[in-house]
Amino acid sequence: MNASCPECEAVVTLAANAEVNEIIVCPDCGVDLEIIALNPAKLELAPMEEEDWGE
Amino acid sequence: MTRLRIGVLFSRVRVEEKWIFAALEARGIDYDRLDDRKIQFNLDDPSPWRQYDAILERSISYTSGLNALRILNAWGVPTVNTARVSETCGDKLATSAALAQAGLPQPETHIAFSPEAAIETIEKMGYPVVLKPVVGSWGRLLAKINDRDAAEAVLEHKDMLGSVQHSVYYIQEYIRKPGRDIRAFVAGDRTVTAIYRRSEHWITNTARGGEGEICPLTPELDELCVRAAQAVGGGVLAVDILEHPDRGYLINEINHTMEFHSLMPTTGIDIPGMIVDFTADVARGKVTVL
Repeated sequence: MNASCPECEAVVTLAANAEVNEIIVCPDCGVDLEIIALNPAKLELAPMEEEDWGE
Repeated sequence: MTRLRIGVLFSRVRVEEKWIFAALEARGIDYDRLDDRKIQFNLDDPSPWRQYDAILERSISYTSGLNALRILNAWGVPTVNTARVSETCGDKLATSAALAQAGLPQPETHIAFSPEAAIETIEKMGYPVVLKPVVGSWGRLLAKINDRDAAEAVLEHKDMLGSVQHSVYYIQEYIRKPGRDIRAFVAGDRTVTAIYRRSEHWITNTARGGEGEICPLTPELDELCVRAAQAVGGGVLAVDILEHPDRGYLINEINHTMEFHSLMPTTGIDIPGMIVDFTADVARGKVTVL
Protein backbone atom coordinates (compact mmCIF):
# COMPACT_ATOMS: atom_id res chain seq x y z
CA MET A 1 0.00 0.00 0.00
CA ASN A 2 1.37 3.42 -0.94
CA ALA A 3 0.71 6.93 0.30
CA SER A 4 2.13 10.35 -0.38
CA CYS A 5 4.41 12.17 2.09
CA PRO A 6 2.70 15.49 3.00
CA GLU A 7 6.12 17.12 3.41
CA CYS A 8 7.95 16.15 0.19
CA GLU A 9 5.33 14.27 -1.86
CA ALA A 10 7.51 11.16 -2.04
CA VAL A 11 5.67 7.86 -2.49
CA VAL A 12 5.85 6.02 0.85
CA THR A 13 5.23 2.27 0.87
CA LEU A 14 3.47 1.01 4.00
CA ALA A 15 4.29 -2.35 5.57
CA ALA A 16 1.64 -5.08 5.26
CA ASN A 17 1.02 -4.95 9.04
CA ALA A 18 0.84 -1.14 9.21
CA GLU A 19 -1.69 0.22 11.70
CA VAL A 20 -3.56 3.50 12.10
CA ASN A 21 -1.70 5.86 14.49
CA GLU A 22 1.62 4.15 13.81
CA ILE A 23 4.59 6.43 13.23
CA ILE A 24 6.75 5.85 10.16
CA VAL A 25 9.65 7.76 8.65
CA CYS A 26 9.57 9.15 5.11
CA PRO A 27 12.44 7.41 3.25
CA ASP A 28 13.04 10.51 1.13
CA CYS A 29 12.91 13.51 3.50
CA GLY A 30 13.21 11.70 6.86
CA VAL A 31 10.22 13.41 8.50
CA ASP A 32 8.14 11.48 11.07
CA LEU A 33 4.72 10.62 9.67
CA GLU A 34 1.61 9.30 11.38
CA ILE A 35 -0.63 6.88 9.51
CA ILE A 36 -4.07 8.52 9.77
CA ALA A 37 -6.02 6.04 7.65
CA LEU A 38 -5.63 2.78 5.74
CA ASN A 39 -7.50 1.78 2.57
CA PRO A 40 -6.78 4.27 1.23
CA ALA A 41 -3.65 5.14 3.17
CA LYS A 42 -3.31 8.70 4.41
CA LEU A 43 -0.30 10.23 6.15
CA GLU A 44 0.09 13.38 8.24
CA LEU A 45 3.11 14.95 9.89
CA ALA A 46 3.54 13.29 13.29
CA PRO A 47 3.25 15.46 16.42
CA MET A 48 6.56 16.89 17.62
CA GLU A 49 8.05 15.45 20.81
CA GLU A 50 6.82 17.30 23.89
CA GLU A 51 8.65 17.93 27.13
CA ASP A 52 6.50 15.49 29.14
CA TRP A 53 6.73 12.63 26.65
CA GLY A 54 8.26 9.39 27.76
CA GLU A 55 7.67 6.08 29.40
CA MET B 1 -17.80 -15.84 32.70
CA THR B 2 -18.67 -12.55 30.99
CA ARG B 3 -16.23 -11.29 28.40
CA LEU B 4 -13.83 -8.66 29.54
CA ARG B 5 -13.77 -5.25 27.98
CA ILE B 6 -10.49 -3.35 28.18
CA GLY B 7 -9.72 0.19 27.04
CA VAL B 8 -6.17 0.94 25.91
CA LEU B 9 -5.30 4.62 26.24
CA PHE B 10 -2.50 5.54 23.85
CA SER B 11 -0.85 8.48 22.09
CA ARG B 12 1.02 6.68 19.35
CA VAL B 13 0.97 3.11 18.14
CA ARG B 14 4.57 2.16 18.87
CA VAL B 15 5.79 -1.39 18.48
CA GLU B 16 4.90 -1.94 22.16
CA GLU B 17 1.25 -1.00 21.50
CA LYS B 18 1.17 -3.27 18.43
CA TRP B 19 2.38 -6.14 20.60
CA ILE B 20 -0.17 -5.31 23.33
CA PHE B 21 -3.04 -5.18 20.81
CA ALA B 22 -1.88 -8.53 19.41
CA ALA B 23 -1.77 -10.05 22.92
CA LEU B 24 -5.32 -8.81 23.63
CA GLU B 25 -6.53 -10.28 20.34
CA ALA B 26 -4.75 -13.59 20.98
CA ARG B 27 -6.61 -13.89 24.31
CA GLY B 28 -9.96 -13.04 22.75
CA ILE B 29 -10.37 -9.97 24.96
CA ASP B 30 -12.63 -7.19 23.65
CA TYR B 31 -10.76 -3.91 23.64
CA ASP B 32 -11.01 -0.36 22.35
CA ARG B 33 -8.12 1.82 21.23
CA LEU B 34 -8.55 5.18 22.96
CA ASP B 35 -6.49 7.96 21.38
CA ASP B 36 -5.60 10.44 24.15
CA ARG B 37 -5.80 13.32 21.65
CA LYS B 38 -9.47 12.57 21.04
CA ILE B 39 -10.89 11.43 24.38
CA GLN B 40 -13.22 13.68 26.40
CA PHE B 41 -14.56 13.38 29.91
CA ASN B 42 -17.77 14.75 31.41
CA LEU B 43 -17.25 14.49 35.15
CA ASP B 44 -21.01 14.09 35.68
CA ASP B 45 -21.23 11.14 33.30
CA PRO B 46 -18.84 8.24 33.89
CA SER B 47 -21.03 5.78 31.95
CA PRO B 48 -18.95 5.78 28.70
CA TRP B 49 -15.92 4.79 30.76
CA ARG B 50 -17.59 2.40 33.18
CA GLN B 51 -18.25 0.05 30.24
CA TYR B 52 -14.60 -0.95 30.64
CA ASP B 53 -13.55 -3.52 33.21
CA ALA B 54 -10.14 -1.86 33.23
CA ILE B 55 -8.15 0.76 31.33
CA LEU B 56 -4.54 0.11 30.34
CA GLU B 57 -2.76 3.48 30.16
CA ARG B 58 -0.03 3.71 27.50
CA SER B 59 0.03 7.47 26.84
CA ILE B 60 3.35 8.97 25.77
CA SER B 61 2.15 12.28 27.19
CA TYR B 62 2.66 12.11 30.95
CA THR B 63 0.22 14.96 31.53
CA SER B 64 -2.61 13.44 29.48
CA GLY B 65 -2.12 9.96 30.91
CA LEU B 66 -1.96 11.10 34.52
CA ASN B 67 -5.01 13.32 34.31
CA ALA B 68 -7.07 10.65 32.57
CA LEU B 69 -6.12 8.22 35.35
CA ARG B 70 -7.11 10.73 38.03
CA ILE B 71 -10.62 10.97 36.60
CA LEU B 72 -10.96 7.23 35.98
CA ASN B 73 -9.79 6.31 39.48
CA ALA B 74 -12.09 8.94 41.00
CA TRP B 75 -14.95 7.14 39.23
CA GLY B 76 -13.72 3.78 40.51
CA VAL B 77 -12.62 2.52 37.09
CA PRO B 78 -9.62 0.20 37.64
CA THR B 79 -6.52 1.23 35.73
CA VAL B 80 -3.06 -0.16 35.00
CA ASN B 81 -1.25 1.65 36.38
CA THR B 82 -3.10 3.85 38.88
CA ALA B 83 -3.08 7.65 39.12
CA ARG B 84 -1.11 7.38 42.35
CA VAL B 85 1.58 5.27 40.68
CA SER B 86 1.69 7.61 37.69
CA GLU B 87 1.97 10.68 39.94
CA THR B 88 4.89 9.12 41.76
CA CYS B 89 6.78 7.53 38.85
CA GLY B 90 6.34 10.44 36.43
CA ASP B 91 8.03 12.85 38.82
CA LYS B 92 11.59 12.04 39.87
CA LEU B 93 11.27 14.00 43.10
CA ALA B 94 8.09 12.12 44.06
CA THR B 95 9.83 8.83 43.23
CA SER B 96 12.86 9.74 45.37
CA ALA B 97 10.59 10.74 48.25
CA ALA B 98 8.71 7.41 48.02
CA LEU B 99 11.99 5.45 47.91
CA ALA B 100 13.30 7.43 50.90
CA GLN B 101 10.09 6.72 52.81
CA ALA B 102 10.51 3.01 52.09
CA GLY B 103 14.17 3.13 53.13
CA LEU B 104 15.36 1.86 49.73
CA PRO B 105 18.83 2.60 48.32
CA GLN B 106 19.07 5.40 45.75
CA PRO B 107 21.72 7.85 44.55
CA GLU B 108 22.42 10.73 46.95
CA THR B 109 19.82 13.29 45.91
CA HIS B 110 19.56 16.96 46.80
CA ILE B 111 16.76 19.39 46.02
CA ALA B 112 16.76 23.20 45.81
CA PHE B 113 14.25 25.74 44.52
CA SER B 114 16.49 28.58 43.36
CA PRO B 115 19.69 28.71 41.28
CA GLU B 116 21.53 30.23 44.27
CA ALA B 117 20.51 27.43 46.61
CA ALA B 118 21.27 24.89 43.88
CA ILE B 119 24.85 26.12 43.39
CA GLU B 120 25.43 26.09 47.15
CA THR B 121 24.18 22.51 47.30
CA ILE B 122 26.30 21.43 44.34
CA GLU B 123 29.44 23.00 45.84
CA LYS B 124 28.79 21.09 49.07
CA MET B 125 28.23 17.80 47.18
CA GLY B 126 31.34 18.13 45.02
CA TYR B 127 31.70 17.46 41.30
CA PRO B 128 30.58 15.81 39.13
CA VAL B 129 26.84 15.92 39.76
CA VAL B 130 23.87 15.21 37.52
CA LEU B 131 21.01 17.69 37.12
CA LYS B 132 17.71 16.17 35.99
CA PRO B 133 14.34 17.70 35.18
CA VAL B 134 11.79 16.21 37.59
CA VAL B 135 9.45 15.42 34.69
CA GLY B 136 10.94 14.01 31.53
CA SER B 137 12.12 10.80 29.99
CA TRP B 138 14.31 9.15 27.38
CA GLY B 139 17.38 10.81 28.92
CA ARG B 140 16.17 14.22 27.78
CA LEU B 141 17.79 17.33 29.32
CA LEU B 142 20.02 15.43 31.74
CA ALA B 143 23.15 17.43 32.49
CA LYS B 144 26.39 16.07 33.93
CA ILE B 145 28.04 19.00 35.68
CA ASN B 146 31.82 18.67 36.00
CA ASP B 147 32.74 22.04 37.50
CA ARG B 148 31.40 25.32 38.85
CA ASP B 149 31.49 27.04 35.45
CA ALA B 150 29.22 24.37 33.97
CA ALA B 151 26.94 24.49 37.02
CA GLU B 152 26.46 28.26 36.76
CA ALA B 153 25.79 28.04 33.01
CA VAL B 154 23.23 25.24 33.22
CA LEU B 155 21.48 26.75 36.24
CA GLU B 156 21.18 30.11 34.48
CA HIS B 157 19.79 28.44 31.37
CA LYS B 158 17.23 26.50 33.42
CA ASP B 159 16.28 29.67 35.30
CA MET B 160 15.90 31.85 32.20
CA LEU B 161 14.65 29.40 29.58
CA GLY B 162 12.94 26.61 31.47
CA SER B 163 9.28 26.22 32.25
CA VAL B 164 8.23 26.46 35.88
CA GLN B 165 9.00 22.78 36.55
CA HIS B 166 12.67 23.56 35.86
CA SER B 167 12.73 25.72 38.97
CA VAL B 168 12.83 22.49 40.95
CA TYR B 169 16.55 21.72 41.00
CA TYR B 170 16.94 17.96 41.33
CA ILE B 171 20.62 17.18 41.82
CA GLN B 172 22.17 13.74 42.14
CA GLU B 173 25.65 12.43 42.75
CA TYR B 174 27.22 11.06 39.57
CA ILE B 175 27.50 7.27 39.81
CA ARG B 176 30.60 5.76 38.19
CA LYS B 177 28.61 2.80 36.95
CA PRO B 178 30.28 0.04 34.92
CA GLY B 179 29.17 1.27 31.46
CA ARG B 180 25.70 -0.12 31.99
CA ASP B 181 22.57 0.04 34.10
CA ILE B 182 19.86 -2.53 34.80
CA ARG B 183 16.25 -2.42 33.70
CA ALA B 184 13.98 -4.91 35.45
CA PHE B 185 10.34 -5.59 34.64
CA VAL B 186 8.01 -6.10 37.61
CA ALA B 187 4.42 -7.36 37.37
CA GLY B 188 2.56 -7.35 40.68
CA ASP B 189 4.64 -9.09 43.32
CA ARG B 190 7.40 -10.56 41.16
CA THR B 191 10.29 -9.46 39.01
CA VAL B 192 9.82 -11.10 35.65
CA THR B 193 13.09 -10.36 33.85
CA ALA B 194 15.96 -7.90 33.66
CA ILE B 195 18.46 -6.63 31.13
CA TYR B 196 21.68 -4.67 31.25
CA ARG B 197 21.59 -1.55 29.10
CA ARG B 198 25.13 -1.04 27.94
CA SER B 199 26.47 2.21 26.54
CA GLU B 200 29.76 4.04 26.26
CA HIS B 201 27.80 7.21 27.03
CA TRP B 202 26.93 7.97 30.66
CA ILE B 203 23.26 8.09 29.63
CA THR B 204 22.37 4.42 29.10
CA ASN B 205 18.73 4.71 27.97
CA THR B 206 18.04 2.45 25.02
CA ALA B 207 16.11 5.45 23.65
CA ARG B 208 19.57 7.03 23.43
CA GLY B 209 21.25 4.05 21.78
CA GLY B 210 22.07 1.84 24.80
CA GLU B 211 22.19 -1.87 23.90
CA GLY B 212 20.44 -4.61 25.86
CA GLU B 213 21.80 -7.92 27.15
CA ILE B 214 20.42 -10.40 29.67
CA CYS B 215 21.00 -9.62 33.36
CA PRO B 216 20.83 -12.61 35.74
CA LEU B 217 17.90 -12.20 38.11
CA THR B 218 19.34 -12.90 41.57
CA PRO B 219 17.10 -13.16 44.67
CA GLU B 220 18.65 -9.89 45.91
CA LEU B 221 17.81 -8.05 42.69
CA ASP B 222 14.33 -9.59 42.58
CA GLU B 223 13.53 -8.50 46.15
CA LEU B 224 14.87 -4.99 45.62
CA CYS B 225 12.86 -4.48 42.42
CA VAL B 226 9.62 -5.73 43.99
CA ARG B 227 10.14 -3.49 47.04
CA ALA B 228 10.84 -0.53 44.73
CA ALA B 229 7.68 -1.23 42.73
CA GLN B 230 5.62 -1.52 45.92
CA ALA B 231 7.11 1.73 47.25
CA VAL B 232 5.51 3.64 44.36
CA GLY B 233 2.18 1.81 44.62
CA GLY B 234 2.77 -1.39 42.62
CA GLY B 235 1.49 -2.63 39.29
CA VAL B 236 3.31 -3.22 36.02
CA LEU B 237 6.55 -1.29 36.24
CA ALA B 238 10.08 -1.03 34.92
CA VAL B 239 12.69 -0.43 37.61
CA ASP B 240 16.01 1.13 36.54
CA ILE B 241 18.96 0.33 38.76
CA LEU B 242 22.53 1.62 38.89
CA GLU B 243 25.44 -0.41 40.24
CA HIS B 244 27.60 1.61 42.60
CA PRO B 245 31.15 0.26 42.95
CA ASP B 246 30.89 0.30 46.78
CA ARG B 247 27.22 0.65 47.72
CA GLY B 248 25.84 -1.89 45.26
CA TYR B 249 22.38 -1.53 43.73
CA LEU B 250 20.81 1.95 43.73
CA ILE B 251 17.32 2.54 42.36
CA ASN B 252 17.52 5.24 39.74
CA GLU B 253 13.95 5.52 38.54
CA ILE B 254 10.73 3.58 38.04
CA ASN B 255 8.73 3.78 34.81
CA HIS B 256 4.95 3.34 34.80
CA THR B 257 4.30 3.18 31.02
CA MET B 258 7.46 1.38 30.09
CA GLU B 259 8.82 0.72 26.64
CA PHE B 260 10.18 -2.78 26.14
CA HIS B 261 11.34 -2.94 22.53
CA SER B 262 14.83 -3.89 23.84
CA LEU B 263 13.76 -5.92 26.86
CA MET B 264 11.53 -8.33 24.94
CA PRO B 265 13.83 -9.38 22.07
CA THR B 266 16.79 -9.60 24.47
CA THR B 267 15.07 -11.80 27.06
CA GLY B 268 12.52 -13.62 24.89
CA ILE B 269 9.98 -13.00 27.68
CA ASP B 270 6.44 -12.21 26.54
CA ILE B 271 6.19 -8.78 28.19
CA PRO B 272 3.02 -7.61 26.37
CA GLY B 273 1.34 -10.92 27.29
CA MET B 274 2.19 -10.31 30.93
CA ILE B 275 0.93 -6.73 30.80
CA VAL B 276 -2.35 -7.94 29.29
CA ASP B 277 -2.67 -10.81 31.80
CA PHE B 278 -2.06 -8.42 34.70
CA THR B 279 -4.63 -5.98 33.27
CA ALA B 280 -7.11 -8.86 32.88
CA ASP B 281 -6.52 -9.86 36.52
CA VAL B 282 -7.21 -6.26 37.56
CA ALA B 283 -10.34 -6.21 35.37
CA ARG B 284 -11.60 -9.42 37.01
CA GLY B 285 -10.88 -8.03 40.47
CA LYS B 286 -8.23 -10.69 41.19
CA VAL B 287 -5.74 -7.90 41.80
CA THR B 288 -6.78 -4.71 43.55
CA VAL B 289 -4.97 -1.60 42.38
CA LEU B 290 -7.11 1.37 43.40
